[in-house]
Amino acid sequence: MSGEKRVLIACGTAIATATVVAQKVKEIAKEVGIPVRVVQCKAAEIRGQIITFDPHVIVATTPVPKDLGIPVFNGVPFLSGVGMDELKAQLIEALKKG
Amino acid sequence: MEATAKQTDTRQRWVRKDLVIVPMRAEGAADAIAQLGARLQAGRFVKDSWTQATIEREKTFATGLPTPEVGVAIPHADVEHVLQQAVAVGVLEEPVEFGEMGSPDSTVPVRIVCALAVTHSELLVTLLQRLVEMFQSPGVLGQIAEAQSPAEIVGILDHHIQIK
Repeated sequence: MSGEKRVLIACGTAIATATVVAQKVKEIAKEVGIPVRVVQCKAAEIRGQIITFDPHVIVATTPVPKDLGIPVFNGVPFLSGVGMDELKAQLIEALKKG
Repeated sequence: MEATAKQTDTRQRWVRKDLVIVPMRAEGAADAIAQLGARLQAGRFVKDSWTQATIEREKTFATGLPTPEVGVAIPHADVEHVLQQAVAVGVLEEPVEFGEMGSPDSTVPVRIVCALAVTHSELLVTLLQRLVEMFQSPGVLGQIAEAQSPAEIVGILDHHIQIK
């Protein structure tokens, strides 16, 4: 599917926060009708995933390097609820553009 | 094997009164983790290594969440340090600063510490989903922060994070 957007979700070690964030991202993409493919990884695997998965957008619940050349969003609002609407709007914007 | 593990999980409750400290007084995040770790150890939910491993993990992967009402942290260690699933809860009289998840340079004033002991990572995902829903339910964190007894806190958490 040509319009499909690839989203990489990164978390610290255990994949748990990434799974919760991935579900939110899928829900949001479905709401606005953007087809997405979501892959989860640990923080240490981000650079490798950029090469193999080539994501349009990264959402992370852990600090990630700033020089990745891909839009990176802090996914923690999906866990805490604080700033979730803003993050949602920014993410939709990036998915439409990316 | 997998089915047996899941059945056990369904029957078991996450929180017990002896795993709740209210009110809790702590010098800082590490002290709060150590106090909850001691309860988890006493109940044989975690190995002796859990407290140190959790304090170390917190330095790299902070778990403080700036929720709207009351700051929360969910410190935990890798599954190898855990014997049985449980959540230990401390409600602090005065907040202590935890590192903010995802933001290495920020801290969050935390009043509710939920120390998670989880035996396999799939279960951590389920627990985390329940906790996130609980954190985002209006008023619930306020209820926990105002609770006067361990029994009250066990009641609130049982209601929100029971798995099946």
